[in-house]
Amino acid sequence: MASLSSAGEPVDGESLTVEQAIINLESADLGLRFYAAWWLGKFRVREEAAVVGLIRALEDEADRTPEGGYPLRRNAARALGKLGDRLAVPALIKSLGCSDFYVREAAAQSLEMLGDPVCLPALNKLLAVSLQSEKLVPQPDFSQPYDAILEALGTLRATESIPLVQPFLEHPIERVQYAAARAMYQLTQEPVYGERLVQALAGNNLQLRRTALADLGAIGYLPAAEAITQTLAENSLKLIALKGLLEHQVNQTDPPVLSEATIKVMTLMDSLL
Amino acid sequence: MITAAQKLIRAVEEADSSDRLLDAVQQLAAAGFDESIPTLIAALNYNNPGAAVAAVDGLVQIGEAAVQPLLELIDNYNYGARAWAIRALAGIGDVRALNTLLDAAKTDFSLSVRRAAARGLGTLRWHQLKPDQVQSAQAQALEALLLVCQDPEWIVRYAAVTGLEGLAIAQPTFVPKILAQLEQIVNTDTDLAVCTRVRMAQQQLQNLTNN
Repeated sequence: MASLSSAGEPVDGESLTVEQAIINLESADLGLRFYAAWWLGKFRVREEAAVVGLIRALEDEADRTPEGGYPLRRNAARALGKLGDRLAVPALIKSLGCSDFYVREAAAQSLEMLGDPVCLPALNKLLAVSLQSEKLVPQPDFSQPYDAILEALGTLRATESIPLVQPFLEHPIERVQYAAARAMYQLTQEPVYGERLVQALAGNNLQLRRTALADLGAIGYLPAAEAITQTLAENSLKLIALKGLLEHQVNQTDPPVLSEATIKVMTLMDSLL
Repeated sequence: MITAAQKLIRAVEEADSSDRLLDAVQQLAAAGFDESIPTLIAALNYNNPGAAVAAVDGLVQIGEAAVQPLLELIDNYNYGARAWAIRALAGIGDVRALNTLLDAAKTDFSLSVRRAAARGLGTLRWHQLKPDQVQSAQAQALEALLLVCQDPEWIVRYAAVTGLEGLAIAQPTFVPKILAQLEQIVNTDTDLAVCTRVRMAQQQLQNLTNN
């Protein structure tokens, strides 16, 4: 299904057309390729030719950074998550083995978005680098995009991965700890993990408080509503987090009813507008 | 001899870390002196969200005396500080801010500014106007809010819904028109949070009309 109409028409006044963007993915000009991959993701061009072209871009060898990174592959991996076509799953799983950290990170995030549990063994395998008999190895490992991997496992409800996820609550990088808490909450529904993120809202580092806000919004942890409202951070980020709580709550009832909890969350949101 | 207000103002000016700044602004805001207005307004510009929240609270507390200085400065602000200033004006609710809020809600490029302004249009103290001016001023607010309901950003539409709710409570003759608009939003808006806020507003207004 195409989310955009006629392939020959410019989209949103941009200079590219869908047709041209797909052609540009194979252009001799590396800049055009890089932009086309981003553009197809940005405008969510769900056409088979786009998906196939982006999958092919995951194998690109031409576009390299001086450090050996693969910029086109990164953009292609990101775009494939946004396009929402599971045709890309096997190629993204393969990209989890790419030598470029950022390609692996983008692949994990896109596999999370595509929601196909077939990727779980490959994600588990990446966590194993850091683990020895279900504990973190003594010398901390930073070689994998652990936060993206953990978040994917939580979203994909990978309950069999709990023993692999849990040790990361102790990882030296706080962002990784939060990702582990977020995943553990999604996998167990135990409040202790939500509370770990609530604590993080009171931390000293603004960037980490922002991360915790996003995590709480993603898991929709209702008891965090007041603490989110009080967090020293931008109101826009607090509102997005509270939106997560509100929608999580509304989605639990069908048809949606206005519970006391939803009214409370909206009253807090009103106070931040 | 320096006054208590001067001492608190100096503490803000001399704060050398973001934590100290936050403490100092909180104390100054809590004291509620009119002479602290320029310092509190300056604190909206410090790129310290905690201090800005405290400064907005302080300015809202001070109320009418802060309105003119806020209005005079608003065009000179960067968009972050402008959003805080609009929040302060919305919180005070003084009708002198009407034109500023109308413009900001409809045309500001920053979504936080449009959000705060849309909220503010529902909470103005209309009774400050002469009785013969109220209806036309409220009609301007209604017209702006109906437009803002089409904003591309969910949070601005959410804020517009709260604005419409407030306006309907202030002006019962608008209730049928506003209820019709809310119904249309529920049927067409794809954002779940916006639609849920509409349901809350519908409930409020139905309670109002039943009583």
